[in-house]
This record gives sequence, C-alpha cells and structure tokens, in this order.
Amino acid sequence: MGIFDYKIVEEAAKQLYIRALCDLPPDVREAIKRAAARETQPTAKEVFKAMLAAIDIADEKKTLICQDTGLPLYMLKIGSGFHWDGAEIKDRIYEGAKRATVEFPFRSSATDYLTRVNSQTSVGRGLPVLYVDFLKDADYLEMLMIPKGSGSENMSTLKMFVPADGINALKKFVLDSVIAAGANPCPPGIIGVGMGGTADLVMRLAKEAIARPVGQRNPDPAVAKMEQELEDAINATGSGPMGLGGDVSTLAVHIETAHTHITLNPVAVNTQCWPARRARARVYPDGRVEYGY
Amino acid sequence: MARYHLQTPFSEEAIRQLRVGDIVHFDGTLFGIRDLTQIYMFDQHHEPPVSLKGMPCIHTAPSLKKVDGKWVPICVGTTTSYRMDRFTPPLIENYGVRAIIGKGGLYEKSLEAMKKFGAVYLAIVGGAASLETQQIVEVEQVYWEHLHPEALYQFRVKDFGPLTVAMDSHGNNLYSEVKAKAMARLPEIYQKLGVA
Ligand code: SF4
Repeated sequence: MGIFDYKIVEEAAKQLYIRALCDLPPDVREAIKRAAARETQPTAKEVFKAMLAAIDIADEKKTLICQDTGLPLYMLKIGSGFHWDGAEIKDRIYEGAKRATVEFPFRSSATDYLTRVNSQTSVGRGLPVLYVDFLKDADYLEMLMIPKGSGSENMSTLKMFVPADGINALKKFVLDSVIAAGANPCPPGIIGVGMGGTADLVMRLAKEAIARPVGQRNPDPAVAKMEQELEDAINATGSGPMGLGGDVSTLAVHIETAHTHITLNPVAVNTQCWPARRARARVYPDGRVEYGY
Repeated sequence: MARYHLQTPFSEEAIRQLRVGDIVHFDGTLFGIRDLTQIYMFDQHHEPPVSLKGMPCIHTAPSLKKVDGKWVPICVGTTTSYRMDRFTPPLIENYGVRAIIGKGGLYEKSLEAMKKFGAVYLAIVGGAASLETQQIVEVEQVYWEHLHPEALYQFRVKDFGPLTVAMDSHGNNLYSEVKAKAMARLPEIYQKLGVA
C-alpha cells in the first residue's frame, strides 16, 4: 500500500457537508412520511405535505433543503488498524468544510463571537466542531457530518440536578424544555437527550443522541422505555408540526447516558430540526471512500 | 379550515376574512425583510424607496447571486420572527403592510396592531427553503443593496405557500391557543410520565 493522500479526507469533508444539506437520510424521510400519515389535523397535514415537497425539490434540483447551513460538526471514529495522522485529519476537515461553503456556494453562518464579522467560510476559531473517538478492529476512518442550524441549537438546555431530585426531575426537564422551545426549532424533530456524565459530557451525549437514525432505540431496555415515555408525553401536548397544533410534535426522543459523579445528576437537551441532516463516510487506507448516512 | 388563494396587494377586506387555522397561497409581490432592514428603517430613519401598502413581508436573509447584473435566488428561506417583533406595529401602522410571513409567531403588541389596522401573521413551514425558493419567479428589485443579505427585497411569487394563518385581525393567536391547550393537558401528561 502506498502513502495515504490526505486530500481524500478533505474531499470527503467537503462532500459530506454538501450531501448532508441536500440529501436527507432515508430514516428521516420515512419518519416524516409516517408522521404525515398519522397526523389527523388538517392544517398539520398541510404542513407535512410542504415538508415532503421540500425534500423532493431538493432531490430534483440538487439544492439545499433549508437555507440555514448551520455550523459544521464532524464526529470522527478513527480505526486502530491503520496509522492515521490526527493533526492532518483535523486540518483537512477544516479545509473541506471551507471549500464546501465557497465552492457550492452556500451561506456561511460562522461569525466572530465579539465583532460579529462572518468568516464567510463556515469555519473559524474552534470550528468545525470535532468529536474524536476510536474504533478497535477497524482500519478505516469514519466521518459523520451534522450541520447544526441555529433555530434548533438556540433551544439547547442543560441543568445540573442533584441526586436527591432523582430521574424524574430529568424527565420533567426534558418535557418542559421541549414545550418552552415551541415552534422555534422547526418541529417535529429529534429530541436528543444526555443523562449523566459531567457538564460538557452530558451535552455531548445529547448531540450524539441526535446523530442516531430516527427511532433507533437505546440498547438498554430501561433507557429505551424512557425514550418511548417521553415521546408519548411530547406528542400528547398537541403542539404539532411547526407548533401550529397537531398529533405529531416529535419524530423521536433519543437518550444517551454515561456514568456520573456520586453527587451529580446532569441532563441536557439538544434538538435537531425536522430536516434532521446528516451524512456519513468511511475512508479506507487504500483511498476508497464509501458514502452513506 | 378554509383555503384562500389571494393576489397582492391585499385589500383590508381580503385580510379580515382570514381566521386562524386557514391556509393561504398567493400570487404577486412579496417583500423580504430582516433584522437589519428594519433597524435601518426604524432606528436609523430611512424611508423605504417603494410603497409597502397592502403588501406581505417575509422574514428572510436570502442567498442570491448576481448573473449578468441580475439577482437570481440560490436559496430563500424563512427565519424566526420574534427577534423582529418591535418593528411590526410600525410596519403595519405607518406603511400599511397587511401580512407578515415568518416562523414562530410574534407578541401581543403586534397582534393588537393587526387587529386595529387589518393585518395577519402567516406561518410558513420552516426549513422548507427548497420549496419556497421554487415559488419565487423573480427577484424584481433589491433596495438598499449595501445591507445584503439583510436588504429590502422585492420578489415576484407564484402559488406562494402553504401559509397557515397563525395570528388573525380579530385578536386570535394560534400559537397561544396551542400552548394553552398543552398547558391544560400538562398535569395529566406529568402524571402519566410519573413526574407529577
Ligand atoms: S431550525 Fe432547522 S430547519 Fe428550521 S430554519 Fe433553522 S436550521 Fe432550518
């Protein structure tokens, strides 16, 4: 095998951003279709029809579904069976996200937090957000890309409860957060929930939760049961698509968990909008790239 | 739920017939405005160079490109409205705007102005920018170009919608109604979830 050319990672990072924005994953499409079929309120049915039309038009015209191209997040899994150069991967993803923005071209939302000057490249200090994890018994690099729009990201919540508050405080917090968010995160989306860990880990868990295919349950039956209960509770509010009233207020609740400190009891909520955008690539040491969702 | 297909400019009568929950499509002129457009108008006192009387305004920051000196849309979507709430009453009262199009709704003072002067808030399906962009036939004018992408845009649209009447000119607010219903159900939902 020759020397690996990291241009391949750059190209994949670029393609992933564009794919995520234009081509919704099949599980999301199916979830919207199921929601549309289940919905009984006439105005809500009309809203679902428009969502399905938007997906079709984006397919046909190879264009963006939503104008908010968000901030780029790349979740990496680095296989242990090949000597990957992490620093090189980081630089190439930065370049790839930038090239997607200026070459497609689409709007950059990345802004200096103080001067509010837009970098015009979707990247900047601290961006793209990178999550790095490792994979045993694999030689490939997996890249999962999620563009995070502001309507949903702005509705994120986190609270450090105490052990005495129990698990019920966390469940109530999730429901109350979703009600407070109302129409802003373009419901019905995926409600990502983190439980346990530390302040930073719990939000990361919530983010990892929105990256799961719609409705794929947590393997722990107790957590899966809680997902279903929260889903039913949120749908029972009747808030509906775009908060205009209806039977379907969320596509799914996903919960990810971690061990926490004996005196901590944290919870975080991170919502993903109905166009729950994501794209995945596997990059192999021989230069092959497989795209998926 | 009634369905309407309207034509701009909207008459007061056409707007007064709309009730929350109705579905609207329309043809004609649509103005695009954003935070900065309205800061420029109201806080920095610039008169719009075109009449907005009877017209709909949408909360947007469009992606456009210039091809041979003419603006064409790349992607036009809708942003969350509440940030621009304070500009809405003067937009309706001073300039005769008859419809605000956005997502998420506006507050009490805007609703009052709608009731008093005959205007509505039409909720678009957020995130469905590909559909919205397809319904734009032409970017007719970009006023205050130096503010782009938050300038004042004049679009010509066809079958623009579906738009749900979310705040009508009779003081009804669909968002408040939906929220009130959710609140009424909440004790029961808490109970079922075991968190009461
Ligand atoms: S909340 Fe999501 S779907 Fe809605 S406009 Fe923002 S990015 Fe798009």
